[in-house]
Amino acid sequence: MLRKVLYIDLTKNESWVEERQELFEDWMGGTGVGIRLLQEECPAGADPLSPAAPIILSIGPLNGIFPVATKTVATFKSPLTGELGESYAGGRLSLAMRFAGHEAVVIRGRAQRPCYISIRDGDVKIKDATSIWGIDAQTTGIILRDREPGVGRRSIIRIGPAGEAGVRYAGVVVDTYRHFGRLGLGAVFGSKRLKALVVSGTEHVDVPEIKRYREVYDRLYQTAVQTSAMEKYHDFGTSVNIGVLNFLKGLPTKNFLASSFDSAESIGGEIFAEKHLLRRLSCAGCPIGCVHIAGLKTAFSPHQEFELRKISYDYEPIYSLGSNLGVGSAEGILQLIDVCERLGLDVMSAGVVLSWATEALEKGLVGSKETLDVPLQWNGVEGYARALENIARAPNEFYEALGRGVECASEKYGGREYAMSLGRNEVSGYHTGPASIVGQLVGVRHSHLDNAGYSIDQKAAKKSMDSESMVEEIIREDDSRGVFNSLVGCLFARGVYTDGNIIDSLGAVGIVKSKEDLQELGRRIFEEKYRFKVREGFDLSRQRIPRRFYETVSTLGMVTPETVEEMIRIYRKKRGWG
Amino acid sequence: MSQAQGGQEKQSATEKTNPRARPRMRRRLKVAHPERCIGCLGCMFACSRIRTGTVSLQNSAIKVQTQGGIEGDFRVVVCRACADAPCARACPAGALEKKPDGRVVYHRDRCTGCGECEKACLVGAITLGKEKRPIKCIHCGACVQFCPHGVLELEEVPSEG
Repeated sequence: MLRKVLYIDLTKNESWVEERQELFEDWMGGTGVGIRLLQEECPAGADPLSPAAPIILSIGPLNGIFPVATKTVATFKSPLTGELGESYAGGRLSLAMRFAGHEAVVIRGRAQRPCYISIRDGDVKIKDATSIWGIDAQTTGIILRDREPGVGRRSIIRIGPAGEAGVRYAGVVVDTYRHFGRLGLGAVFGSKRLKALVVSGTEHVDVPEIKRYREVYDRLYQTAVQTSAMEKYHDFGTSVNIGVLNFLKGLPTKNFLASSFDSAESIGGEIFAEKHLLRRLSCAGCPIGCVHIAGLKTAFSPHQEFELRKISYDYEPIYSLGSNLGVGSAEGILQLIDVCERLGLDVMSAGVVLSWATEALEKGLVGSKETLDVPLQWNGVEGYARALENIARAPNEFYEALGRGVECASEKYGGREYAMSLGRNEVSGYHTGPASIVGQLVGVRHSHLDNAGYSIDQKAAKKSMDSESMVEEIIREDDSRGVFNSLVGCLFARGVYTDGNIIDSLGAVGIVKSKEDLQELGRRIFEEKYRFKVREGFDLSRQRIPRRFYETVSTLGMVTPETVEEMIRIYRKKRGWG
Repeated sequence: MSQAQGGQEKQSATEKTNPRARPRMRRRLKVAHPERCIGCLGCMFACSRIRTGTVSLQNSAIKVQTQGGIEGDFRVVVCRACADAPCARACPAGALEKKPDGRVVYHRDRCTGCGECEKACLVGAITLGKEKRPIKCIHCGACVQFCPHGVLELEEVPSEG
């Protein structure tokens, strides 16, 4: 396998390929290679929306070759947090990059006018996108499908109006239903005047020993489809957790004012499945099919005329645009997800920003002058839909502030104690206990998926754990996920990829690693990311933890600041940060 | 496409050793439930992996196509094993040989890469690969094993002759 990096410079309108064997040998691929390239490319203190800030897309050695290794990682400087930006998407992108022959793509500079990038094997073109600038993310996909080759094996990633306008949590839509959702990659695309990127390829991969490859493939495939390793992701999908977390008092409701929702039953995975589930889809290379697509049929006149929209749903959007906004109907949530899809907004940040705004309006920190008479109130779906449009359009200072994230908005208008972000990133849908809070705070990208603190809390609810063992588990996940994310596997499949299976699958593509090698790699990747974070100003000892976390009962009872502080202290000590 | 020939040999070997193989029957791949497809492309990877020993979409004889992206419906293209196979009829070089039992066998040494077979198949089941040689289904059933939703079936049909 040739390990190449494709460089594209939008300012100079040129592209070239470099062989980077050593980079891939030292850092494996995916997030390992991504953070190294970010260190190389991004000057210290660069404005994340300036031409100097790069976009890096990378895949790993297993993508396209083994089942459920379906993700691509985007690495960039986040315009939301001002430090490490890292986001993962499934769909067909990793496969398309594999067969186009590029394990990593670096995008530099800023185009003179709106453009999109077309990659077809080794052929790279920067094309004019003036005529599609301003068009929603969905329609952009439809238009480019007709313009570009590679039906069935290509990937089309694009931004909507929110990314063009530089909303700090605008995402990039990948193949319609998947996303580089978090931390504002869409705004970085927009700042480069980059509307979309289309990749397709016709290359193939030769493995060293076909017999061994088939053996390992069969084993992983059978584990994925036959055992319970991934069971919870088919059937109802992640949305089944709405009921679970509601029961456990861990479901953030109305901006974390409560941790259970009286309408939870109306927005759970079971109801979505019964009333709206049309079909399930999968990312290329995954037999599970966890992508749940709802059909939302709404009448637009009394004369039997209907709109039919196909919308994907999952646990996190149901939390952020549902329980968190007091929205108690599946239809209302789907409608809001759809607005975010078209605008190209991260649903999680968008929901948390709106829940803060609702409370700020309720408490009189802002008034109708700021909201432009948009009624922001719990369960007010129509108002929320209009507010989302306004965030992308920024018609006044208030909506512009909302577009900068909840941290910025609360700095300006107050309500800090209920501005629900950690590390400046809007929080995910868990009020399970201290591990969730600490996990997101210390995590490299301030995501629940950095170390799954929410899952540690849930474990502790069954069998009590002290602060130290919780922290140890957070560190273990931090590091092992760094390895898995350099492969780049789907985190839903982490049960399939045991240490042994990772070693065997790497062996089948000619990469020899021991368990110790992998552990060391995980540590190095984590340290490299923290090096970048600290360089860009992140300081763990000076992070704001919203007081609301301590005022609302969690799965593990009331969380105290003392517990959280103690865990951070232990974390720092175990990391050797004194 | 030497790999394709390898696959062909494998097929006859299986037939010889398979105790369940009854005479005068042949196996045919069937898209039994196209609407159940989730677009994982597991069948395509199985085809190239098992039939040609490569990791590839391009080398797959079965094709899962999208119509209007993944928002639309999937179309699963497989060889229908036509009784009066147009691909074999169209081949001017005798590289696609119709056997008395109804199977169409590919002879790489005779193939000129003219592409007449591809033109003859309206379904689009036989296509020329990168080396201008046809990628052709041998009805081995490898893809069936890797379809998680029972879209594909291998059926037995009476052979001719």
